[in-house]
Amino acid sequence: MYVAVKGGEAAIANAHSLLADRRRGDRSVPALRLDQIVEQLALGVDRVMSEGSLYDRELAALAIVQARGDMIEAIFLVRAYRTTLPRFGYTKPIDTGAMLVERRVSATYKDLPGGQLLGPTFDYTHRLLDPELAAGAGVAEPLRRETEAQAMPRVSAILAREGLIEPDGQMPQDHVPGDITREPLEFPMARDIRLQALSRGDEGFLLALGYSTQRGYARNHPFVGEIRIGEVELELDVPELPFAAPLGTVRVTECQMVNQFKGSAKAPPQFTRGYGLVFGQSERKAMAMALCDRALRASELGEDIIAAAQDEEFVISHSDNVQATGFVEHLKLPHYVDFQAELDLVRRMRAEYEARENPARVDEKREAAE
Amino acid sequence: MRGQEARDQAGRKAAMATLAQSSGDDIVRLWNGAGLPSQAELLRGPETGLVTLRGRIGGGGAPFNVGEATVTRATVRLPSGQVGHCYALGRDKQKAKLAAIADALWQDPARRAEVETRLIAPLRSALAAAQEKRRAETAATKVDFFTMVRGED
Repeated sequence: MYVAVKGGEAAIANAHSLLADRRRGDRSVPALRLDQIVEQLALGVDRVMSEGSLYDRELAALAIVQARGDMIEAIFLVRAYRTTLPRFGYTKPIDTGAMLVERRVSATYKDLPGGQLLGPTFDYTHRLLDPELAAGAGVAEPLRRETEAQAMPRVSAILAREGLIEPDGQMPQDHVPGDITREPLEFPMARDIRLQALSRGDEGFLLALGYSTQRGYARNHPFVGEIRIGEVELELDVPELPFAAPLGTVRVTECQMVNQFKGSAKAPPQFTRGYGLVFGQSERKAMAMALCDRALRASELGEDIIAAAQDEEFVISHSDNVQATGFVEHLKLPHYVDFQAELDLVRRMRAEYEARENPARVDEKREAAE
Repeated sequence: MRGQEARDQAGRKAAMATLAQSSGDDIVRLWNGAGLPSQAELLRGPETGLVTLRGRIGGGGAPFNVGEATVTRATVRLPSGQVGHCYALGRDKQKAKLAAIADALWQDPARRAEVETRLIAPLRSALAAAQEKRRAETAATKVDFFTMVRGED
């Protein structure tokens, strides 16, 4: 017999108003404005945009404050919001070679055209907490250096001249890019679909998997060929205009990982590549994505699949933190009926076990009862 | 004539790009200062939706879908008949409407110069200045390698 149980409405409503109160915190402290979050917690905003898979700074900031700073909850809110909007189409592919570069470094070439531009990086800081920042000290304007604008070709183009590196990844001529927001995941999947899943994947999960490849689980000898961060222009083909509609610019981070490859039955010795592209400024994520992309090309390159990072179904099925948190967190919702059934089952199994292990005692109990 | 048409299209696209990249506040401020007419019939929107951004594998290879972005679009018709469009990142509906009117006005030969000089040119120079500032700030972080000579030879 199943008895539906109702109740908890008032408790839920009160819990939500308590949540609203705790979210706001001490009323004598000024409330955060969205522009403060956009400007001063910019990399947190970028993470929510990247894993929420929606480029909109103000919405990401709203999600962060509504989620009390819980990033995965914020990402969840953004994912839910985007399902409410109509879709206008697919943009033309962005050209990262034409980026207005804000940071660009290569670990493989010291003197590359355009040079090494450190940009606003945490690298080379001493990781010491700054008490002056806590005291609200002002910040000086950054220095400027007037130079001619220089072309900054992608480093992969430089390596390609020697013929020692594989070209940019191609798909068959008639291939239409897959879209995981439209079609369910199917394995094995094409590299373009994998990249879409990785780009919105959880930073921590991809970081751990990338790290595992460096520690020997599917080692693939990576070098950062190039990381570049900056703004690229977006264009959309629309029927009402005789040219592609310019939409404005977005900031992205691109990582070209270059991997030594000793060759296999399928491919000669050369440098192979992993690719990372994510919204906003997030080079840790872009690097982790590139490491995972390369590891997941194992079967394409004829490598043995021996480690978790090479297992496409394992990596892609578990990289989405909204799905992951949904399934893990649902465990705390009422399972009273399931648990009653299990309780009954375990009681019966325990009784049978005891009868088998210790028949005398069971007989004694029965006699005592009688 | 074909050359002229191509130039017109390039000019119109450049104006639309400038409007799309500029902030709604800047557009409203200049619009009010320039006294441009804002009377127009809304044919569509302004409405907000999504576009899916595409990148290329390895930077230059096959396209793949990266993620989505909010875009707001509007289509208007002027009393004089020109139809203007706007597509711009973000959710600023007023900006989309004004940018669509600007696009319609731009297509009116009698109005083009006025739109270019009073709206597009100041927006464009503000964007260029911001871009130049960012480029110069980034350039100051460029590494200048030098070689240390060690030992005697």
